[in-house]
Amino acid sequence: MKQTRFIDLVPHIVLIAGVLIFAYPIYVTLIGSTWDAGTIGRGGLPLWPGGEGAANYAQAWVGEAGERAMYTPVRTMMLNSLVMALSIALGKIAISILSAYAVAFFRFPLRMAFFWLIFITLMLPVEVRIIPTYKVVADLGLINTYAGLAIPLIASATATLLFRQFFLTIPDELLEAAKIDGAGPVRFFIDVVLPLSRTNIAALFVILFIYGWNQYLWPLLVTSSGDMETIVTGITKMIGTGESANDWHIIMATTVLAMLPPVAVVVFMQRWFVKGLVDSEK
Amino acid sequence: MQRRVTFDSRLLPYLLLAPQVAVTLVFFIWPAANAIWQSVHLQDAFGIRSEFVWFENFTHVLGDPNYLDTLKTTVIFSVAVTVLAMGVALLLAVLADSKIKGASAYKTLLIWPYALAPAVAAVLWMFIFNPDIGSFGRALRALGFDWDYRLNGGQALLMVILAASWKQVSYNFIFFLAGLQAIPRSVMEAASIDGAGPVRRFWTITFPLLSPTTFFLLVVDMVYAFFETFGTIHALTQGGPGKATETLIFRVYQDGVVNNDLGGSSAQSVILMVIVIALTAVQFRFVERKVHYS
Amino acid sequence: MATVEIRNVRKSYGPVEAIKGIDIAIQDGEFLVLLGPSGCGKSTLLRMVAGLEGITGGEIAIGGRVVNHLDPKDRDIAMVFQNYALYPHMTVFDNMAYGLKIRGIPKAEIRARVDKAANILELGRFLDRRPSQLSGGQRQRVAMGRAIVREPAAFLFDEPLSNLDAKLRTQMRVEIKRLQDRLGITSLYVTHDQVEAMTLADRILVMNHGVAEQIGTPLEVYQRPASLFVAGFIGSPPMNVLDGRIDDRGEAVLLPGGQRLPLPRPRATDAGRPVKLGIRPEHMAVAADGFSIEIELVEALGADTVVYGRLPDGETLLVRMAGIPTVRERDRLTVAPQDGALHLFDAVTGRRME
Repeated sequence: MKQTRFIDLVPHIVLIAGVLIFAYPIYVTLIGSTWDAGTIGRGGLPLWPGGEGAANYAQAWVGEAGERAMYTPVRTMMLNSLVMALSIALGKIAISILSAYAVAFFRFPLRMAFFWLIFITLMLPVEVRIIPTYKVVADLGLINTYAGLAIPLIASATATLLFRQFFLTIPDELLEAAKIDGAGPVRFFIDVVLPLSRTNIAALFVILFIYGWNQYLWPLLVTSSGDMETIVTGITKMIGTGESANDWHIIMATTVLAMLPPVAVVVFMQRWFVKGLVDSEK
Repeated sequence: MQRRVTFDSRLLPYLLLAPQVAVTLVFFIWPAANAIWQSVHLQDAFGIRSEFVWFENFTHVLGDPNYLDTLKTTVIFSVAVTVLAMGVALLLAVLADSKIKGASAYKTLLIWPYALAPAVAAVLWMFIFNPDIGSFGRALRALGFDWDYRLNGGQALLMVILAASWKQVSYNFIFFLAGLQAIPRSVMEAASIDGAGPVRRFWTITFPLLSPTTFFLLVVDMVYAFFETFGTIHALTQGGPGKATETLIFRVYQDGVVNNDLGGSSAQSVILMVIVIALTAVQFRFVERKVHYS
Repeated sequence: MATVEIRNVRKSYGPVEAIKGIDIAIQDGEFLVLLGPSGCGKSTLLRMVAGLEGITGGEIAIGGRVVNHLDPKDRDIAMVFQNYALYPHMTVFDNMAYGLKIRGIPKAEIRARVDKAANILELGRFLDRRPSQLSGGQRQRVAMGRAIVREPAAFLFDEPLSNLDAKLRTQMRVEIKRLQDRLGITSLYVTHDQVEAMTLADRILVMNHGVAEQIGTPLEVYQRPASLFVAGFIGSPPMNVLDGRIDDRGEAVLLPGGQRLPLPRPRATDAGRPVKLGIRPEHMAVAADGFSIEIELVEALGADTVVYGRLPDGETLLVRMAGIPTVRERDRLTVAPQDGALHLFDAVTGRRME
């Protein structure tokens, strides 16, 4: 048997340190969400779980006020975030796959002009055109609506490019076989292209869901009523300036709940997630 | 660029393009054009009349020492985040790629922070480094440090840099790992036979072959640090104390939303657009390079 | 079942003319092979029949109906592609049934037709599998099954066997032949493989540079190649071609090496004319008088032997002999063409001289 040398352990030590650096803040938050506000506020948070977990989560989920402040119940914020994330993810996938299909499978006047029009959106992330975009959404009366939250974010050059790239790998003969079988463009899309795109769709869904769930600046601008608050912006509003006299137990429970959906998506759809990420950046 | 075989249809392609083109025009092109228009006009106090002022807004913005300070903060912040996130990710990726036990478990445990919102990452760091409630924050104070990132600008900048890098490591890790796994085993084996040790192999073989990935991540991380970290800064420091953690994007928000200075904010937006376009152009040079590699 | 008529069909890509006027009437139930080197236009012609390429000039009629402006689906044809073009996400059954479903054929009939085709092709066990779970030969059979179930007026094959390994190719060739005999459906088959052409075809259309060099039965094409191109393309090893001149009395061909080969019948009108003389390697035999060659290389193929000889003037002459080698390299040998083995071609146009 080979003797284990210290040098062989170094990679494990470094990797475990890395894992701990990433896990520790989460652990602290999980623990904190099971103690009362006083314990956390005094800074004496133990390293083991307390007994207030069920009460804290229940209060965060439905409660409209903590001991020290008013806030939107987590169930409302979760629903808003879910609607926003799903609308962005599914909306982006839908409009991108359609436009990519047009660009890849048809020849028509102005094809390249449309392609470039979509392409330059790559260079205009929402952050750089934030004020005028806000003005457009306000003029359309979409402030404090799900449409206002989602639609301005669903045009995506990345997803269109990814689908187009994939469509170009579908062999010409498959299209010709379908033509001879009698399938027109709509049937070919539904019967052949869509099923073949399943893994690409799943991969894109994962990263777009996370992208949508994690939006911050945009929801901050277009939502002003508590009913439309998303959970990521909601947390920071609960924290305010970060004084010690906050409802920390509720905030921590809320943070755990805010992390849950995207982390679950990454962990359970890891294979698709890595594929989607690496493919969409090519 | 185009398939050899296509469908013949006059109307259908336009119908398929319509939704994306509509959204692009209404929410991308029109606002961007508006920003450019606004950036060369000056509105009166009532917002009724506006006057074409050439580059006055730009000279005003770029001549403002505050703006130049913000630019400096942004550069320090972005470079620090990029270097830190990439360095740590590369180290972890190289280790996780080597043939050690539990490599795939390490991978799973290292990629999930990608799922966290920048703002949530900031909140997690606050839970630890808050001088009142955070364990590390209190420990620092107990050790005699005057630790309070809410009052000390340097500490605030350090906090947002750490929180922003912490979140970005997993993204870089995924790409470095994919890049490492794309390097053919045979190349490494040839280097071993040539007598190169592990460290030498890394610097003379792995690192150069990884350079397309490194270059790509450099651009992505810069864009991340410029724009997506708005949430980190907003949640953690609100740009303060003073303007110690105010980056360009934060200032656009501050001037446009909070101070309602449309011309100035638009001029800043246009400057940001130029930066993004430059970074994207650089990235495309990279794509061309990558083609040469393969 | 139907005839396929191709009337003066042309195809241009911009100023480039890829098909320069092809005329052929394919009989009902006939198996026509389009044979030629890559780039000769044979696939383009097939795809024009299928409706996958536009027709620049001329007419194509299937079953007496001009189809120039019909979509592929309305032409009543089925096609087998080189790379099979199976739908990767559908089962074998669905692959075969797809075209029938689109045409609105009742489920029970689809089932019956697919089962019948699967039976013929011995695919019954694989109906629930996906293409990725099949071998190359099985995929090829599914592609043919997809064509069969349609019961079309004509089958179009686009180099269907070129992705298979040599052994499987031979096996599938036999299967296609049997299938055609059994179903009797008019077929157009594109290939660059002369063995496939010779074994499968009722008639072969040999194409070169968008022109039909010759249309004829396999034996006609072999025995009476219409041009130097056909002579060189059909037959393995290829025909020997030597420069020569018909003597002043029109009774023999004179070769630069001094040989004199008598013509089977005198050609007084051609007296003194320069010609290209073709002799197939298998039609040469050892003789007392004729071409004296120095043997450069001997290829023993088992059943026969190919000898590469050099004529005194430096030209190479191939001789194919039955059985195992009886000569060695650097030996000298005298060979002569058998009776009636001479092919004469015009020295300028390359056309056959009858």
